[in-house]
Amino acid sequence: MILFLKLFYSFLKIGLFGFGGGYAMLSLIQGEVVTLHHWISPSEFTDIVAISQMTPGPIGINSATYVGYTAVVNAGYSSTIGILGSVTATLAVTLPSFVLMLLISKFFLKYQKNTVVESVFKGLRPAIVGLLAAAALVLMNSENFGSLQSDSYQFYISVAIFIVSFAATKFYRVNPILMIVICGVLGAILY
Amino acid sequence: MRNIYWDSFWSFFKIGAFTLGGGYAMIPLIQRTVVEDRKWLSEKDFIDLLAIAQSAPGVFAVNMSIFIGYKLKGWKGSIITTLGAVLPSFIIILAIALVFQQFKTNPWVIKVFMGIRPAVVALIAAPTFTLAKSTGINLRTLWIPVVSALLIWLLGVSPVYIIIAAGLGGYLWGRISKNNPEKPEKS
Repeated sequence: MILFLKLFYSFLKIGLFGFGGGYAMLSLIQGEVVTLHHWISPSEFTDIVAISQMTPGPIGINSATYVGYTAVVNAGYSSTIGILGSVTATLAVTLPSFVLMLLISKFFLKYQKNTVVESVFKGLRPAIVGLLAAAALVLMNSENFGSLQSDSYQFYISVAIFIVSFAATKFYRVNPILMIVICGVLGAILY
Repeated sequence: MRNIYWDSFWSFFKIGAFTLGGGYAMIPLIQRTVVEDRKWLSEKDFIDLLAIAQSAPGVFAVNMSIFIGYKLKGWKGSIITTLGAVLPSFIIILAIALVFQQFKTNPWVIKVFMGIRPAVVALIAAPTFTLAKSTGINLRTLWIPVVSALLIWLLGVSPVYIIIAAGLGGYLWGRISKNNPEKPEKS
C-alpha cells in the first residue's frame, strides 16, 4: 500500500514538473524511479524507454504505464497487482496537467478576444511554426534514417519514404494513419 | 447526428493508437481530425492550442485532448477525450509488459519500425507549411519561425524559452502598435 502511495506521489510530481514534452519527462522519471527510489534498474529503464518509443502513444504515458507495472512486480507482487501499479502511475502523471489545462482552457476561451491575450498569441503563433519545424529537423538523424556510410540501403529507402510521405500528406491529403500503416508494411517487405 | 462524446472519444482513441514517437508526432493526426475532418477548431485556434499545450506541464498530446474536450463539452468532454488519448497506450503497453518481453528484439518489429520512422518525420514536417500559411507569416515575420527552429535545432534551446520570449515579444509589440495607431502593423 505504501508503495502505491509513493508511486502516486512520484508520478504526480513528474506530471506537474514535466515541461517540454515526453523526452524532458523521461529524465524526471529516471530521477524518481531509478535514482531516488530504486524501483527499477538502469538497464530496465533503458528497455522501457525503447519500448515506449516503439509503441504508439505519448511517451510520458507509455513509460508511466510500464514503470508502474514493473515497479510493483519488482517489489514481489503478482502481475495482476502490477496492473494496479500501471493505473496508479498513469492516473498520477495525467492528473496535474488535467487540472491545469482545464483551468487554462476555461481562461483562454473566456479571454480569447482580450487585446492583451490576442497580442501575446500574435507573437506566439509564428514561433510555434518554428517549434514544429525544429521537431522535424531534430528527428532527421541516423537513428531514424540510417546513415549513408554504414547502411546506404536503409538511408536511400528512408529518404524515399520521407519524400513520398511528405508529398502524399501535404499535396494529396492522404490520411496520416493510413500513411503510417503503409510505411510499416513497406519496412517489413523491403528490409 | 452522431453522439459527440463517442465521436470525440473515438477520434482521440485513434490518434493515441496510431502515433509513434510521442508528442510532436501526434500533431499531424490531431490537426487532420480536429481541424480538417471534424472542424471542432479553426486552424488559428489550433495554433493557439499548440502554444498553450506546450506551455503547460504534462504530456503534450494529452494537454491538447483536454482542451479540445473542454471546448466541445466542458469538463465531462475533457475526461472523455483524455481517456481516449491515454487508453490505447495503456492497453498496448500493458499487453507488452505482460506478454512480449522480447518485443524490441523481434526482427519483424524492427523492420516495420525502420519503415515507419522516416514517415513520422515527414508527417511532422508537412503541417509546418500548412500552419505557416494560416498564421499569415510574410517576408517580414518569416525570421521568427526560422530563428526559433534554428535555436532549438542547432543550439538545443528549450522550446519553453522560445514560447516565453515570443509571448513577451507579442505583448510588447501590441503595446507599441497601440501607441502608434497610424501604423497598424501586425507582428
